[in-house]
Amino acid sequence: MFQRILALIRKEFLALLKDPKSRAVLIVPPLVQLLVFGYAATFDLKEVPYAVYNEDRGLASRDLLARFAGAPSFRQVAEIRAEEELAPLIDARKVLVAVHIGPRFSADLEAGRPAPLQVIIDGRNSNTAMVALNYVRSVVSRFNDDWVDRRGLDGPPARLETRAWFNPNLESRWFFIPGIVGMLTLVVTMLVTALTVAREREQGTFDQLLVTPLRPGEILIGKTVPGLVVGIVQATAILLVATLWFKVPFLGSLPAFYVGLVLFLLSGVGAGLLISSLSATQQQGLLGAFLFMVPAVILSGFATPIANMPHAVQVVTYIDPLRYFLVILRKVFLEGAGFAILVDQFWPMALIGAATLLLASWLFRHRMY
Amino acid sequence: MPAGAVLEACGLGKSFQVGKRVVTALGGVDLQVRPGAVTGLIGPDGAGKTTFMRLAAGLLVPDAGSIHVLGLDSTHDALAVQAALGYMPQRFGLYEDLTVQENLDLYADLQGVPRAARGARYAELMHMTGLAAFTRRLAGRLSGGMKQKLGLACTLVRAPRLLLLDEPTVGVDPVSRRELWAIVDRLVQNEGMSVLLATAYLDEAERCAEVILLHDGRILDQGSPAAMSARMAGRTWAAAQRGTRQRELQAQLDGRPGIVDALVQGEHVRLITTAAAPPQGLAGEPDIVVRALPPRFEDAFVDLLRGGRDRQMHRVDMSGGTRDAGGDARDPVIRVAGAKRRFGDFWAVAGVDFEIRRGEVFGLLGANGAGKTTTFRMLCGLLPASAGHLDVAGVDLRRAASKARARIGYMSQKFSLYGNLSVAQNLDFFASAYGLDGPQRRQRIEWALAEFALGAAGDQLSGDLPLGYKQRLAMACALMHRPEILFLDEPTSGVDPIARREFWQRINALARQGVTVMVTTHFMEEAEYCDRLAIMAAGRILALDEPAALKAAARSAEQPEPTLEDAFIRLIEAAAVAEAA
Amino acid sequence: MSKANLKPPQVAAAGNKERGGAGMRLGGLLRKEFLQIVRDPSSIAIAFVMPIFLLVLFGYGVSLDADHVPVAVVAAAPSQDSADFLAVLQGSHYFAARPMASMPAAEQALRQGEVSGIVRLRSDFSRQMRQAGGAPIQVVVDGVDANTARLVEGYVDGAWSTWLAAQAARRGGTLQMPVDLQPRIWFNGELKSRNYLVPGLVAIIMTLIGALLTALVMAREWERGTMEALMVTPASMSEVLLGKLAAYFALGTGGMLLSVGLAAWLFDVPLRGSFWILWGCSSLFLLAALGMGLTISTLARSQFVAGQIAIIATFLPAFLLSGFIFDIGSMPPVVQFITHLVVARYFVAIVQTLFLAGNVWAVILPNALALAVMAAIFLGITWRKSRKRLD
Repeated sequence: MFQRILALIRKEFLALLKDPKSRAVLIVPPLVQLLVFGYAATFDLKEVPYAVYNEDRGLASRDLLARFAGAPSFRQVAEIRAEEELAPLIDARKVLVAVHIGPRFSADLEAGRPAPLQVIIDGRNSNTAMVALNYVRSVVSRFNDDWVDRRGLDGPPARLETRAWFNPNLESRWFFIPGIVGMLTLVVTMLVTALTVAREREQGTFDQLLVTPLRPGEILIGKTVPGLVVGIVQATAILLVATLWFKVPFLGSLPAFYVGLVLFLLSGVGAGLLISSLSATQQQGLLGAFLFMVPAVILSGFATPIANMPHAVQVVTYIDPLRYFLVILRKVFLEGAGFAILVDQFWPMALIGAATLLLASWLFRHRMY
Repeated sequence: MPAGAVLEACGLGKSFQVGKRVVTALGGVDLQVRPGAVTGLIGPDGAGKTTFMRLAAGLLVPDAGSIHVLGLDSTHDALAVQAALGYMPQRFGLYEDLTVQENLDLYADLQGVPRAARGARYAELMHMTGLAAFTRRLAGRLSGGMKQKLGLACTLVRAPRLLLLDEPTVGVDPVSRRELWAIVDRLVQNEGMSVLLATAYLDEAERCAEVILLHDGRILDQGSPAAMSARMAGRTWAAAQRGTRQRELQAQLDGRPGIVDALVQGEHVRLITTAAAPPQGLAGEPDIVVRALPPRFEDAFVDLLRGGRDRQMHRVDMSGGTRDAGGDARDPVIRVAGAKRRFGDFWAVAGVDFEIRRGEVFGLLGANGAGKTTTFRMLCGLLPASAGHLDVAGVDLRRAASKARARIGYMSQKFSLYGNLSVAQNLDFFASAYGLDGPQRRQRIEWALAEFALGAAGDQLSGDLPLGYKQRLAMACALMHRPEILFLDEPTSGVDPIARREFWQRINALARQGVTVMVTTHFMEEAEYCDRLAIMAAGRILALDEPAALKAAARSAEQPEPTLEDAFIRLIEAAAVAEAA
Repeated sequence: MSKANLKPPQVAAAGNKERGGAGMRLGGLLRKEFLQIVRDPSSIAIAFVMPIFLLVLFGYGVSLDADHVPVAVVAAAPSQDSADFLAVLQGSHYFAARPMASMPAAEQALRQGEVSGIVRLRSDFSRQMRQAGGAPIQVVVDGVDANTARLVEGYVDGAWSTWLAAQAARRGGTLQMPVDLQPRIWFNGELKSRNYLVPGLVAIIMTLIGALLTALVMAREWERGTMEALMVTPASMSEVLLGKLAAYFALGTGGMLLSVGLAAWLFDVPLRGSFWILWGCSSLFLLAALGMGLTISTLARSQFVAGQIAIIATFLPAFLLSGFIFDIGSMPPVVQFITHLVVARYFVAIVQTLFLAGNVWAVILPNALALAVMAAIFLGITWRKSRKRLD
């Protein structure tokens, strides 16, 4: 029996890797995509383009503007002289932020009156707008603090002391790169599994397998192992790029990571094989792969937190294996988590994996066409 | 170009890159096709027939030489050539999700048939093909024979001056085959059309006005089939031995010195001798009766391909083809009782019963869509029966443990192999899948490579192999574990006559050792090799008997000596009449 | 040879003289494609069911607006001042404040992911408030999700300002802040992320659909052998391609209208620009997306490879590199350059502007031009690569 399974596994690997083209498809795109996506996926803004509309001649306004000019996250692209010039700039997305200093800004400040500072932000992308506003806010509040200090004024009766755990500089890349590791692993798993059974069915070799003494369970193992091995190799390569190239800290336990990875791969392979054994043709397999993959990514909490979703949608995410794996990745990478904390993520994936794999192997013999 | 030729090739050459090798499909072909007649392009598998057709249709660019169709250069004037001729590829691209009428409309539009002219043309084509009753049916729901007829009708919506047909009758049952030929003959007689037809069926070659023999990309011979057959005069004989089965006699005689070919044919074995004299050395054998036979085209073909020599062939070595099955030869090893299978509201198999004894070669015949393949898949445990009982080697395969499955071998219609694995890897995989290990596996693989002459191709991808090789490899894979029962689903479809002969030699050898063989086929001459035949139509068995008995039942005043094909057609037609009534 | 020797065949019905032209052929091809679409439930499903399914799922599921963020509140010795501050926190719909007894308990909750942040007021909060320098309010956020962390920071900041203003008002004064920041958000005053995510989703979904519809069609004709039969008719390859393009274009337009309709009515995203401009740009975009699918299909010729390429080349690039969710301007120059290869990028810009800002030609024109160029490139490749030859 062991002999037979070994032969099956060898055959699957040969079928997968013999052709240089499909070898390339499995190895190159995920690594290239990690590099490109790793740089692309961040909510941190760089060089926010802004315009200045300064009606004030005073020193204070010049000081404030100098702080904007000096901040690395801002880049001044225009200086305007009239209100009407502003709209075209923002409309055309030439600037994201406009800072408008009124004519009595310095005078108000000197007199101890609150000096209004108008900031106009393009809200088309509300998240970018929010982040930009935060940047503006921090420049202004530092200006305020300094002003209060220099003048010896009374500060506010309470101040905020903010600290961020696990990611002190709040680099969103640290958040997204582990997510990309999970996403790419899912895509590779789908590539390996979603079309295999359907292709064998179309070519008639699946019948040939079914008339041999091989049991469905053995065929299942033969089809699962390659996905598992390719996934582990792939994820390890991606992990190395993430830590060595992007310098994302890896604080947690490596064994815990691999246990999570194997469980995730089992559930992904299970889903892929289930899709594949349900489909009579490769076209159906492809459609099924998309219908699983796209929601699995979007609802995993990769870019938008699950907590923000309506309750009904949150319930749906419980059957998404990527949801659990992302939590594991982030906790292992950034929070240094070990087994104890991750148990709650392990068992749902094990459950999904077991259910899909069993169903797939049952379908090997019972899905007729 | 000589006067009147509708197609002329000069020094035509074409090769392809297959993997790392360069395969020459055509190596310098010169030929002409005459107008107003059917010209046959005959040759074994991989001879270059399809490549020639595609070059003529301007779908490929030749490496050397030129090809002209109706005075137009196929290479440089491809569009004009395509507008002028009709071409039906081997797998005609019917849109299976369109109806018969919609397919016709599409091709009428593409061919620019004026709307006013369509009604009459459609009526004529539908009448000719017998599809008039089915114009609203989806093409995908037609039987294989009807599909081919519809493909032909689509090619003919605008009567072309030259019609290219690439193996139009592969996988088509004998009834539909006759109808297709009737259409072609009518076109030539009534419309003066010129037809170039590629085929591997040699009885069809005899219906051509002229044949071109293609082998390994070169022309072996060209002329009228009658003239070619005439050269064989005096070299063809019928041999029979009382009390010996034909296929056993054939096995004895084949490969003897002085004998080019031995073939089971009806009640005798057909022999070709190297010289125009009765076969030597048969005098000593008791009870062998030899009489002269008129030559036919197939004799000339085989003789040409074998170079007119006896083969001194290696004897087929199927020893170890099976385990010693043991048990009584009278025991039924396959028992089917009231088996039914339904797809939706359609009964593909509507109740069949039969038993097959150990060591028997049992044939399942029927028109396309008669339920043969469904019956087959149920027996192999690939499809559950909706009702009834199927019993193979004493167990129900569907429920049987994998142990029972280790006792059967299965070869499917498509010769299903892993195309991206090499020949040796395929053998190795199937040997392991059947649980052979260590020295046993090595020994079986060596046996397979030697016995099926696959040794030279061991490292090639099986997907790149010519069809004949694929068939041999598929059979080798099915035999790795020495099965007691062998299931063969249209094992010779599309395979040339030489390969078919070798195939049956092996089957005979296996049967002699007690392997039970169940086979489906469309070749009536092959059915003669079977001990018993079941003829199916519309999901039921019409007749089940020995070939001789079936023929005897079909004997009538008009047909004192019916062939098996006549018997088959008679049965099918009688069933159709009964159903209509 | 001399043509005179060719006996003219007695053509039965169809004369050779009067032969239908390109119009008839194109009509036939178009009808064939439409019939195939109607018969094949999977293309209908791709064009109409998939947009509804994905848009509804994502429209409701995808949101960057944190609401009722669980925050642990540790206030050791409650006083009037701290109670006031906590009341502000609790009154905000952004927070779901969870009082905790001690800091270690709160930290444990943060580590377990039960809360996203901690707000801590020390026991001597009231006393320190009256001293110079003021009282510290300790805020800890979970930095793993940096974006949510920043939102929490911003919300706490807002609550703090509100509280300060209330404090000042109670003392009969106004808040002493030297510079008073007055932000004005254009186009999307409430900063609802759905307003920009939903139009972006339309672009992503249509990229998937465009590619999926066509990625397999050419490969399928090759594999089923219908291509060879088409090739020996007088129809030219351009006509075959045009027939496919037109049919799937019509289908895609249907899916597009459905998506736009859903965005506007179901999700209440305002459409400030002109519907007709949106229509025009969508058409350009569809041409490019379908062209991409046709290119994949033509180059691959096998459904298996075409399928693999479609999986790799469409979804994730469109999702991450189109500016749908991540700001392209903040990416490194090399990556920004790569985004120019992503068709969805141009359409995302157009759709977000048309929905939220209006007819801003400065955005629409260059992006529409880029779409036209992309469409031309893809269709050009397809056209060049599909000659009527088998080798």
